[in-house]
Amino acid sequence: MSRIAGWALLIFLPISCQKSSNSIENLLIKGSDTEVNVALALAEAFMEKEPNVSIAVTGGGSGTGVAALLSGKTNIANSSRPMKPDELKMAEGRGVRPLPIVFGIDALAIIVNEQNPLDSLTMDELARVFKGEIRDWAEIGGGPNMNVSLYGRQSNSGTFIYFRDEVLNAEYSSSLKQMNGTAQIVEAISNDPAGVGYVGVGYLLEKSGDLPQGVKLLKVSRAKGQTAYSPMEPSHITSDQYPIVRPLYQYVNGKPNGRLLEFLLFTIGAEGQAIVSKNGYYPISKAQHAANLELLNAKIAISK
Amino acid sequence: MRLTAHQSDRLAALVFQWAGWLSVVVLFGIFAMLVWNGAKAFTDISLAEFFFGTVWNPAAFGEARYGILPLVASTLLVTTGAMLMAVPLGIGTAAYLAEVAPPRVYNALKPAIELLAGVPSVAIGFIGITVVAPAIAKIFGLSNGLNALNGSVLLAVMALPTIITVAEDAIRAVPQSFREASFALGANRPVTLWRVTLPAAMSGILAAVMLGLGRALGETMTVLMAAGNASAFPSGFFAPVRTMTAAIAIELGETAQGTTHYFSLFAVGAVLFGISLLVNILSEKIARRFRYKI
Repeated sequence: MSRIAGWALLIFLPISCQKSSNSIENLLIKGSDTEVNVALALAEAFMEKEPNVSIAVTGGGSGTGVAALLSGKTNIANSSRPMKPDELKMAEGRGVRPLPIVFGIDALAIIVNEQNPLDSLTMDELARVFKGEIRDWAEIGGGPNMNVSLYGRQSNSGTFIYFRDEVLNAEYSSSLKQMNGTAQIVEAISNDPAGVGYVGVGYLLEKSGDLPQGVKLLKVSRAKGQTAYSPMEPSHITSDQYPIVRPLYQYVNGKPNGRLLEFLLFTIGAEGQAIVSKNGYYPISKAQHAANLELLNAKIAISK
Repeated sequence: MRLTAHQSDRLAALVFQWAGWLSVVVLFGIFAMLVWNGAKAFTDISLAEFFFGTVWNPAAFGEARYGILPLVASTLLVTTGAMLMAVPLGIGTAAYLAEVAPPRVYNALKPAIELLAGVPSVAIGFIGITVVAPAIAKIFGLSNGLNALNGSVLLAVMALPTIITVAEDAIRAVPQSFREASFALGANRPVTLWRVTLPAAMSGILAAVMLGLGRALGETMTVLMAAGNASAFPSGFFAPVRTMTAAIAIELGETAQGTTHYFSLFAVGAVLFGISLLVNILSEKIARRFRYKI
């Protein structure tokens, strides 16, 4: 639905803008499906404040957004992973200077079917499950007596890459079922007693704040013998106790100015961060905020 | 100025000639573009790896792998399964509609079948995930039903309207005199249908099957959503599979233009195009043979 909403915005905004005045500035945001809902919320709030800006948000995956930034087809590339070395090399070749602006923190939740008796996993067990080294639930005290059935995202997803590079640090099992979006992972696992998958916390909870029917959240610990934490408790995330957290990026090409800069400052400011929290993510730390300002050269821009 | 009859004939002939040539030009244009871009992939990938490699993983954690075999095998597996279901069901339905169904039933069935053709493939894919896959899991005692069989069932549903519509027309086109001759020799209606009408309509029915096959081969969204989409080499109908179309659709969005990965997807497209072309040429040959027999 979010992607459809994004498209709708893309299609209708230019039409509605032409009516009012010609001085409207259009901004394009493209990329991560994880970030598309929060980006849309931020864009709407910003447009309410600044009526002569029109922002179109579309998804497609982090890889899609980065590819669009490299070919100059978007102002902001949303990415839920850092840019890859070959992407950075390509950027250099094309004279694109990508700046990573961190505007939120996401936690990845590990979900299984509600029938699974398992309660928690260590990071090592989690990695071995998704590498295909643990094939039977019985090996780690889970159920049912079936082969583990793995669900993940597709290779154009930043979540897919993040989980592979940071949690597995190796290739996924070739029997990983690559689903076309978070909702499909949740839907499939709620129907699969042997299923396990990862989804962004921001996308897991329903509007009521409950878990979707049929799935169960696992606690995760850093190593055997250590406490396992749930990502549902915000303090576990901000205190760095829950191990699977990642920054959410907005990449821009070179130091931004004008409306683009204003929008970026809005997203990392108090108002933007409140919207980020409201959408199921966590606000950035002071250090991250300072790093952003450094990148944006914000002092100069604001004092003009 | 009024055109003479001769002039307007010439004009019409010219217009239709150009329309005909246009589709040929477009076809060759697409093929040339696929081959042109696909060929560039082979500066980095060896032909042997591309055509005989058993791993397709261009965005790998380690070394990128470009073996097209698992994609081809998945496509053929899902399509074969779909045809095994859709062909008997489709021809049976067509025969019923054309020869047996009373007008009231016909008037209810026909629009329903035509509507089925209009259901978007995402909707069918979603039904596949939420309804068909759990049913398959239950029937066969699997933990989940996101596999080649699920893809086949859904593709069969999508190919059915094409097969039924074209086959029904073919059966209706059989001259009434054929049936009357059969009845005069003492054959009843089932025998007439089976031994006279269906064989006489065979070339049209084959065309229907081939059109349905083309529909199944090229379908993307449904298999991408509901066939499991795992990169492993398919081990059977209960294995999750990733077809050629799904691989192209998923990966083309993320690849930067001008990379080996980008060109390799065009090469996959060219292979898919080649398979479709082969199916069409074969069907044309077969259909012609049946036509001459009658």
